[in-house]
Amino acid sequence: MARSERRPNRPALALHVPEPPYRPGDTPDYSNLEIPEAGSAPRPDVACDDSETHPLVNHLVRVLDDDHKAVGPWDPKLDPEVLRKIYRDMVTVRIFDDRMYRAQRQGKTSFYMKCTGEEAIATAAAAAMDAEDIHFPTYRQQGLLVARGYPLVKMMCQIYSNSGDHMKGRQLPIMYSDKEKGFFSISGNLGTQFPQAVGWAMASAIKGDSRIAMGWIGDGATAEGDFHAAMTFASVYQAPVILATVNNQWAISSFSGIAGAEQATFASRAIGYGMAGLRVDGNDALAVYAAVRWASERARSNNGPTMIEFFTYRAEGHSTSDDPTGYRPKEESEAWPLGDPIERLKAHMIGLGEWDEERDSALHEELSAEVRKSQKEAEKLGVLSDQGDENKESMFEDVYAEMPWHIAEQRDAALKEGE
Amino acid sequence: MAVMNMIQALNDAHKVAMRADEDIVVFGEDAGYFGGVFRVTEGLQKEFGKERAFDTPISENGIVATAVGMAAYGLKPVIEIQFADYIYPGYDQIVSEVAKMRYRTAGEWTMPMVIRSPYGGGIYGGQTHSQSPESLFTHIAGLKTVIPSTPYDAKGLLLAAIEDPDPVLFFEPKRIYNGPFSGHHDQPVVPWSKRAEAEVPEGHYTVPIGKANVVREGEALTVLAYGTMVHVARAAMEEADVDAEIIDLRTLVPLDIETIEKSVRKTGRCLIVHEAPRTSGFGAELSALVTERCFYHLEAPVERVTGWDTPYPHSYEWTYFPGPARIKTALKKVMAD
Repeated sequence: MARSERRPNRPALALHVPEPPYRPGDTPDYSNLEIPEAGSAPRPDVACDDSETHPLVNHLVRVLDDDHKAVGPWDPKLDPEVLRKIYRDMVTVRIFDDRMYRAQRQGKTSFYMKCTGEEAIATAAAAAMDAEDIHFPTYRQQGLLVARGYPLVKMMCQIYSNSGDHMKGRQLPIMYSDKEKGFFSISGNLGTQFPQAVGWAMASAIKGDSRIAMGWIGDGATAEGDFHAAMTFASVYQAPVILATVNNQWAISSFSGIAGAEQATFASRAIGYGMAGLRVDGNDALAVYAAVRWASERARSNNGPTMIEFFTYRAEGHSTSDDPTGYRPKEESEAWPLGDPIERLKAHMIGLGEWDEERDSALHEELSAEVRKSQKEAEKLGVLSDQGDENKESMFEDVYAEMPWHIAEQRDAALKEGE
Repeated sequence: MAVMNMIQALNDAHKVAMRADEDIVVFGEDAGYFGGVFRVTEGLQKEFGKERAFDTPISENGIVATAVGMAAYGLKPVIEIQFADYIYPGYDQIVSEVAKMRYRTAGEWTMPMVIRSPYGGGIYGGQTHSQSPESLFTHIAGLKTVIPSTPYDAKGLLLAAIEDPDPVLFFEPKRIYNGPFSGHHDQPVVPWSKRAEAEVPEGHYTVPIGKANVVREGEALTVLAYGTMVHVARAAMEEADVDAEIIDLRTLVPLDIETIEKSVRKTGRCLIVHEAPRTSGFGAELSALVTERCFYHLEAPVERVTGWDTPYPHSYEWTYFPGPARIKTALKKVMAD
């Protein structure tokens, strides 16, 4: 319809399509980004009314200040051993990521996803939860497995889909699962795990258990109906669950504005569900720990669920299949003002006198050697590219507990193919 | 033995199962205090408490997703989707999660659960209370699809579904909840109490999943049907005075192919009847299987009687419904020399 055919006496409506502040070729400048001062966020009692947390959804829980000192009421005052453990896990994740990224580039597997810049979130969350609690993760929480002591070799076998993969190579690389470590099977259909975490937590409550669940989602997938279902069920049944949105600001090529971040923070969605909400500096391991600890104590004491937004930045591409220079400035990750979580925790520990450069290089060497050794061990069991087909009938197993006739017939046909 | 209609039989199955297994939880929209809009879960909350039988928000997505989490925990959810027409918001969870969990984790996590839902038309429900979406689930590897046609089968199949290690879609033909249907909508409903299939044993028994039921033995042709259409087809065969062998499939996946093949090899003719739309309906699969496996025994092409490829209309319900007239037309074709 031509403009003239519309109602000329009324203003023409306009569609707002959000656009990120910087595109390739622009110089990113975050000097106007409002970053609340470390230590400035109040810390309500874990049993408080949800509304007491609501000022925090537009704030930012930060513990480490610009001088890397821990300040304010959220300082978890962790034992140096715990700090070093979180630090070690973060460094392990980064070295592991680099190694596996390269393995993909060398053609040893089809796909990989790093979590560079987001290492603090999963590792510190794991430290703040009990070992028996369960996580329903997304594909960027490899730090949970590392922190829970899952063997790196097993992670690599999954990535290579080789005979050491207990899931028989059924899943895309990095879609880990481990029941014993309380790590639910990762789905490529984004968002599905979020309400599942609520269901697990409801079950725990139904059985009078004491374990809680933590569900994870990315900023992009909060737009799925699963997000709303999770928030609604968690709120209605006051499920003992922590619902975490990792806002790394990029969903492949779409910035968080496409998921609604221009209008409101992700943490602020807690308000409409009558749920406690926290917005946390995701690059500050101490803030992450403190927030998850707070929410877990709240859940464990039957005071209900908490939505936590971890504000961070996806420093690398979405996956090995993605090239971020096509949609954002190359310099953007360098310009991101909340820094590198690993460097920040390191500086903090050095400031405390609990760490030094010498120990740091020794740790890096030790972990690099461990990752290399694990890789060698995993590759003994094969990599995706040299996979044979001697066990191909296994692909017909586990569709059902018992194989029905039609799948058995198809298996037999597959085995005869090419004969 | 007790005489029960299908609702009472299903309700009894819940009670028998829940008394025996404390891990069974039942939930759905209006399924708690009130006992469901069709009253299948009536009295469960009273007997088993609010934590084992409860109302949910109107969110099929949330109902299925939380059932996934509960199954992961180790509970056995038996969930109600109020009408099969409402199941689509839960479809992603069913297809991507429930169906594939055992496979994608090589058995590390499994999803034993029953997703119950009243389905089918003939009740003036219009397009949002009449659909038969079974083929959207039979197409998905990892799911079992079960459809009872009598009170006896309803209880026995539901108990089998609850005990099954895999997820089961359990579609209940709501047109025959209270009594079988001949397809003549202008005739009064005969209540189940007048029928032998309403004799339901008390306590526990199962009807095996994956086993069809030869409702009537015959020589002239094989009729394959399930749910409401078992009764409609049977009435049509009686009216036409044909010696039909009528097979109630009871389970669509896994299908009892042996019983089907044996029958078609004997009769040489096959008529398939379902209420769902024709294109890509389960009848297409049945027709293909019978043709592939029994071709040299067939004396006429396999015929399908189905709903039309339109949405389910409100005002022309009986033009849509595959009733006696459509069955008799197809019967003529399949019986032609």
